[in-house]
Amino acid sequence: MKLPSSTRRNFTAGLLGSTSFWIYGGHKVWADALQAESGQPYQPRYFTAEEWRFLNAACARIFPADAHGPDAAALGAPEFIDRQMNTPYGHGELWYMSGPFRSGAPNLGYQLSLPPRDLYRQAIEAANAYVRDQHKAHSFADLSAPDQTAVLKAFEQGKMMLGTVPAHTFFEQLRQNTLEGVFSDPLYGGNKGLAGWTLLGFPGARADFMDWVNQKGAPYPFGPVSISGETA
Amino acid sequence: MCAKKVDAVVIGAGWAGSILAKELTEAGLSVVMLERGDERATAVEGDYPSSIDELRGAIRHRLFQNLSQSTVTIRNTLDQEALPYRRLAAFLPGEGVGGAGLHWSGVHFRVAPDDLALRTNVVARYGKGFIPEGMNLQDYGVTYEELEPFFDKAEKVFGTSGEPYTINGKVVGKGNRFAPDRSDAFPLPAMGEVYSASLFRTAAASVGYHPYALPAANASAQYTNPYGVQMGPCNFCGYCSGYDCYMYSKASPNVNILPALRQDSKFTLITKAHVLKVNLDADKKKATGVTYLDLRTKKQVELDADLVIISAFQFHNVHLMLLSGIGQPYDPKQNTGTVGRNFVYQTITTSRAWLSPKQYTNLFVGAGGAGVAIDDFNSMNFDHGPLGFVGGSPVWVNQAGVKPIAAAVGGPGGKAPTWGEGYKDAMMDTYRHSLTIDAHGSNMAYRDVYLDLDPTYTNAYGQALLRMTFNWKDNDIRMNQYVVGKIEPVIKAMGATRYSLGMLKDGEVFDTRRYQTTHLGGGAIMGSDPKTSCVNKYLQSWDVSNVFVIGASAFPQGMGYNPTGMVAALAYWAAYHIRTTYLKNPGPMVQA
Repeated sequence: MKLPSSTRRNFTAGLLGSTSFWIYGGHKVWADALQAESGQPYQPRYFTAEEWRFLNAACARIFPADAHGPDAAALGAPEFIDRQMNTPYGHGELWYMSGPFRSGAPNLGYQLSLPPRDLYRQAIEAANAYVRDQHKAHSFADLSAPDQTAVLKAFEQGKMMLGTVPAHTFFEQLRQNTLEGVFSDPLYGGNKGLAGWTLLGFPGARADFMDWVNQKGAPYPFGPVSISGETA
Repeated sequence: MCAKKVDAVVIGAGWAGSILAKELTEAGLSVVMLERGDERATAVEGDYPSSIDELRGAIRHRLFQNLSQSTVTIRNTLDQEALPYRRLAAFLPGEGVGGAGLHWSGVHFRVAPDDLALRTNVVARYGKGFIPEGMNLQDYGVTYEELEPFFDKAEKVFGTSGEPYTINGKVVGKGNRFAPDRSDAFPLPAMGEVYSASLFRTAAASVGYHPYALPAANASAQYTNPYGVQMGPCNFCGYCSGYDCYMYSKASPNVNILPALRQDSKFTLITKAHVLKVNLDADKKKATGVTYLDLRTKKQVELDADLVIISAFQFHNVHLMLLSGIGQPYDPKQNTGTVGRNFVYQTITTSRAWLSPKQYTNLFVGAGGAGVAIDDFNSMNFDHGPLGFVGGSPVWVNQAGVKPIAAAVGGPGGKAPTWGEGYKDAMMDTYRHSLTIDAHGSNMAYRDVYLDLDPTYTNAYGQALLRMTFNWKDNDIRMNQYVVGKIEPVIKAMGATRYSLGMLKDGEVFDTRRYQTTHLGGGAIMGSDPKTSCVNKYLQSWDVSNVFVIGASAFPQGMGYNPTGMVAALAYWAAYHIRTTYLKNPGPMVQA
């Protein structure tokens, strides 16, 4: 059965809100169909090829693969960040961005004139330049994983600048957006297969715990469900 | 649209505005309520499942003020240059119909009666010398007995769930033994207790404290309020704080008042209407109405009114008074003027306890107003004499539903890494097996902590931004440290495997980058002396008698309790006196 994806999504979303969703044995079919749509490798719409390589490598270091599951790149965090760059958030439209722009004490918060998309563009270029200067590699993505981690630690803790961006400001932006990608609804391109939520034990859009207010410390028994009805 | 005339204009469609609009239309007045944000209806924006999307919700600020149009500037000290609060973090004002009352959590307290006359009480118990230099400790000028009927009314409108201690002087339940006497029960029984809260209850009692169920404006059962609007039973979905309740269980102006108010032909709600100023007559003694910007047409509109109710969020109230020239701006150097004086916040720090791997706290289960608290170290419930500070904190487990992005970005806590190797293990342990305990305390007012207009930065409409001069002070830091120290025995009694105590550090500077609380207060405070307060005990401007300023802006101190219950009671109190006294004979209700 072939339906336009929006129709399928509405159908699944409609079911989710109803009791029948929970007894509808075939809902996994729909979840699988939605999943299959994302089978093609994602092509970045904002980031350049070089930036995209940086982003994939950095996301994987911030949230690495281990015995608990895949890294943030495999979970779609770079796709999430790329898509966010074309939202009002990416354009800085949720922030007060009028001048004058003056630097001040760190506790008074972000004071740069750069919206997230410009911050990434400037800082990634400077980060790769830093790598060329400090390591004998063409770019961050070409470093070994331990070296990448060391560079990110230097950004996190150091006082260096990446262009006009303090490295720790860039690092925190990257860390926050990576984790947003891992743990937001898959609607936004990350949290593939609901792996982020499964890791934490967060049940997603279930949002009804009438019978589970206090089970005296027992683990919640159901896996996550997404807004579109995907389960894991 | 050309100039129109109405009986009353109400600025802001949050709790205070909705209560005043409801009361004034009941009194027969024609009322226009102006809201600069969007219309918000539970059936549209609040529908399941799209409303429980964390990224779009709390993370990208679906219901919060869009700072791109207007914000505040912040500095810590008088000699510093204030910088704009460019990204929401430390506090989250609302925008749109319902205001912060749509995205609040629902903790619904009354007031600790001692807090209403804090100066008098501190002086009586410890003498004048006990008050630190530079602290503007003041009384509200209103008593608990005067306000009690309005606390009662607000609880019935909100459908508040709770357990009483005394009603009309008789002990009737296991509620908060420090809570003031009540004239009636809560409309609904207390909310259920999540596992974390029940652990806290048992442990707190075992060390000699007096735990009680937090009063919650989350409905523990189906409820119909006096306006005839209905609430559904809360299912602990965990999406109170930062969200609009898809279950119609959390009280909001949108659910509890506006459905009734919208049916009244004398009431008009205009959204996307940004009030630029309250218009005054030549001698600034009387308001003639307001000028607002219609954000759809970009045209200025003048609206004439006999009565102007300023009932936006706390600091917007102060901002609008300063922009309009109502009263004299406060000057911290000369210690003159009142508008912007006694700007206050609250202290809040979070401690975490980790339990055994067999104990799952299921942090995603929760309700914003539910939990178990102790008041043993709040207000004047303990002896401050040997401690040498003013104020206190309730302490609680208030598991409001922890969402994954907020948890992950906040990190696992303790000394665990916030990314990279070891992060996942620590995060899994924290999310599955830990609980948090807050000390949510008072913040006193100080001579050099205040609000005024920024000399440099402007909003999208060319008006000066409001400037906050705020920092933590030694009195409040020591209060927080003392109370947090009292949490430690509770955590030990819980059998925690490890814990970290969150407290303010000596000399700590206010950090705008980290969420603390949206409970800002003061700046247009109530009182009995026009030299030290902006509004009288009926929240009527001392300077412009047909202007009433309603909200947490009236609080002379930041109290330990969450402010919404007090704001709602003050709104009903002011409305009652407008209806019964002011409208019969408009003019100052208290002679200056």
